[in-house]
Amino acid sequence: MSEQKLTGAQIAIKALKDQGVDTIFGYPGGAVLPIYDALFQQNDIRHILVRHEQAAVHAAEGYARSTGKVGCVLVTSGPGATNAVTGLLDALCDSIPIVCLSGQVPTHLIGNDAFQEADTTGITRPVTKHNYLVKDVNDLARTMHEAFYVARTGRPGPVLVDLPKDVQFAEGVYVPPAEVKHKTYRPQTKPEIARVEEAVELMANAKRPIFYTGGGVVNSGTEAARLLTKLVQMTGFPITSTLMGLGAFPASEPQWLGMLGMHGTYEANLAMHGCDVMINIGARFDDRVTGKLSEFSPGSKKIHVDIDPSSINKNVAVDVPVVGDCAAVLEEMIRLWSARQQRNDPAALKDWWKQIDGWRARNCLNYNRSESVIKPQYALERLREALKGKDHYITTEVGQHQMWAAQFLPFDEPNRWMTSGGLGTMGYGLPAAIGAQIAHPDAVVVDVSGEASFLMNMQELGTAVQYRAPVKIFILNNKYMGMVRQWQELLHGSRYSESYSEALPDFVKLAESWNCVGLRATKVEEVDKVIEQMLAVTDRPCIVDIVVDQKENCYPMIPGGKAHNEILFGPEDSPSDATPEDGMVLV
Amino acid sequence: MEQNIEKHTIAVLVDNEPGVLARVIGLFSGRGYNIESLTVAEVDNAAHLSRITLVTSGTRMIVEQIKAQLDRLVPVHKVRDLTDEGPCVERELALIKVAGTGDKRIEALRLADIFHAKVVDATLTSFVFELTGTTSDVNDFVALMTQLGLVEATRTGVVAMAKGQTGF
Ligand SMILES: Cc1ncc(C[n+]2csc(CCOP(=O)(O)OP(=O)(O)O)c2C)c(N)n1
Ligand SMILES: [Mg+2]
Repeated sequence: MSEQKLTGAQIAIKALKDQGVDTIFGYPGGAVLPIYDALFQQNDIRHILVRHEQAAVHAAEGYARSTGKVGCVLVTSGPGATNAVTGLLDALCDSIPIVCLSGQVPTHLIGNDAFQEADTTGITRPVTKHNYLVKDVNDLARTMHEAFYVARTGRPGPVLVDLPKDVQFAEGVYVPPAEVKHKTYRPQTKPEIARVEEAVELMANAKRPIFYTGGGVVNSGTEAARLLTKLVQMTGFPITSTLMGLGAFPASEPQWLGMLGMHGTYEANLAMHGCDVMINIGARFDDRVTGKLSEFSPGSKKIHVDIDPSSINKNVAVDVPVVGDCAAVLEEMIRLWSARQQRNDPAALKDWWKQIDGWRARNCLNYNRSESVIKPQYALERLREALKGKDHYITTEVGQHQMWAAQFLPFDEPNRWMTSGGLGTMGYGLPAAIGAQIAHPDAVVVDVSGEASFLMNMQELGTAVQYRAPVKIFILNNKYMGMVRQWQELLHGSRYSESYSEALPDFVKLAESWNCVGLRATKVEEVDKVIEQMLAVTDRPCIVDIVVDQKENCYPMIPGGKAHNEILFGPEDSPSDATPEDGMVLV
Repeated sequence: MEQNIEKHTIAVLVDNEPGVLARVIGLFSGRGYNIESLTVAEVDNAAHLSRITLVTSGTRMIVEQIKAQLDRLVPVHKVRDLTDEGPCVERELALIKVAGTGDKRIEALRLADIFHAKVVDATLTSFVFELTGTTSDVNDFVALMTQLGLVEATRTGVVAMAKGQTGF
């Protein structure tokens, strides 16, 4: 080990390099100036200057989700750190690996209400997987490496390292990653074989099995997605996935039933309701998925594969818990399945598929097509056609457009779909798209957006322009906070309290003011043309204002507190008695 | 699915680092779990390890969640459910101040003797007793002293250890 001394700021940058970081999203300020100075004097790490620290975290999430790497963030003390809080919680909820460095006032001022002081480790404790305050420069390198290890190992998540300014100036010794071993944190990744055997035994005797997969498969990596696809094909079972898991299994495969949950497909939800063996891989029985807990898949034996033991038996009691990394578990499952003589009764499986095909024939994503007004679903169908064969990534904001994107855009690979699932953060999509575009400069990156969500982080257009990130902002403009309006129709007598998008900007002019391309479609026949023009723009961002039907609602829908077999298919299903009183309180 | 509320004593070995107690307490308040008592002190100075003993209650599913959530905290080395793992010794220490004169003072001293409480401070009009025992011993003693001039009581909360030769 070299005894050469570096400043804290240099140590931080060297640790980032040694951790393989090539891009960091950040915003400067007094408490991080030494780090910015160190960044200035090197060329290995590219700094992307965002316009708001929340967006720095979302951009890092987009970068992380689309590459499988750890996303990196740098913010100043006080307001810089508090602005990052929403992003950190977003990453925690969706298990996205992030390392966030924050500046802090010098150690001797901590606790004195100094200028731009915040109790950053206190504020971020519940929104991070772990956080650190580094008070001694000689702890810095080890802490940085630990932060990366914790962020990416086990169930991934955001880790914050708070760095007082005097520590950034102080000189200390650097240690490389190889010399750092974490004392306590060793998540179990290899499953207990006996558990996997039990699981495979259940699977082989199932008459009505279903795979229910989630973001854990995506987090586990492309190998997990490959193994999942293999196992699903070997077994011939149907498969559905959560919002976060889309793409881990190819949507173009016949075994794919579409997304499940509140706005999931009829066939996916009914198959979950009626299955006799449920194989949950890397999903967490979230309330958006289970609906009414007491009526959730009442007749099934449940297998739950998760790397986080605290996810098991949290909401739903399961029969076979398997703690481990999805890829490791899937590999064992495939091995045991291949070695088995006795497999499912083919007649039973055939009957099950017959039943599922019956549900599929209901064609639940059908909508009332129109010649006179652009339906949001139609716009997405056209986008889907236009993106076929193109290397593309999709992000979304939050609302109806997000659910329609999940329903109408197919994903055949993992890491192509980025959305704020657990936290549901409006304003996520644009910065996430920028992060994905920075990581994949030649790909098409589209943020499927709502007019209200776009306004939440639209300042990031400046970031996209500065770095020539040609993101496409595809606004399904219904002039409403559509998802809020839909709930008000369902639960509050259609009293549209504050859900109308008043005083919207002219999105075309807005784009032009930043020297971006602005496009608009108001008629059905303009949609294809506008999409074509949008895809032709490759040197700057492009905003597309698709003026859609203001009243369209997102179906199918299982209202809060209802069971999987109580589904609304469209406006003709009266919303009056749709939701029981105990469901009203649910969000 | 109604379930019985169970009371559990849980021992947690943690790195003695800043914020670790805040993480544990934040977990309980943030997720709405009960804490009936919590004690913490460093037990291994060289390795910077602290041991937390906490008494909590909840359904079986909640208690299992609490343990899994504790185990998930990065500075946590080990989590043991002493209630589940067989017999254990549980003790609390209390300091109890009683003021008075005459018969009440004599009675307080007599009861203290029965409970094996020690007198750790005495004036002509008051005693401070030190009592070590189970939670219910301490409860009983405090209840009696309430009638004999109790001024104040302070208690450590439970510390606990499994019986038998094996360690944590
Ligand atoms: C930061 C934030 N604030 C509030 C909400 C609540 N919310 C969920 S969807 C929604 C409306 C979104 O409107 P828009 O972006 O126009 O999408 P649409 O539903 O119309 O497609 C709101 C306000 C949220 N999810 N995030
Ligand atoms: Mg809208």
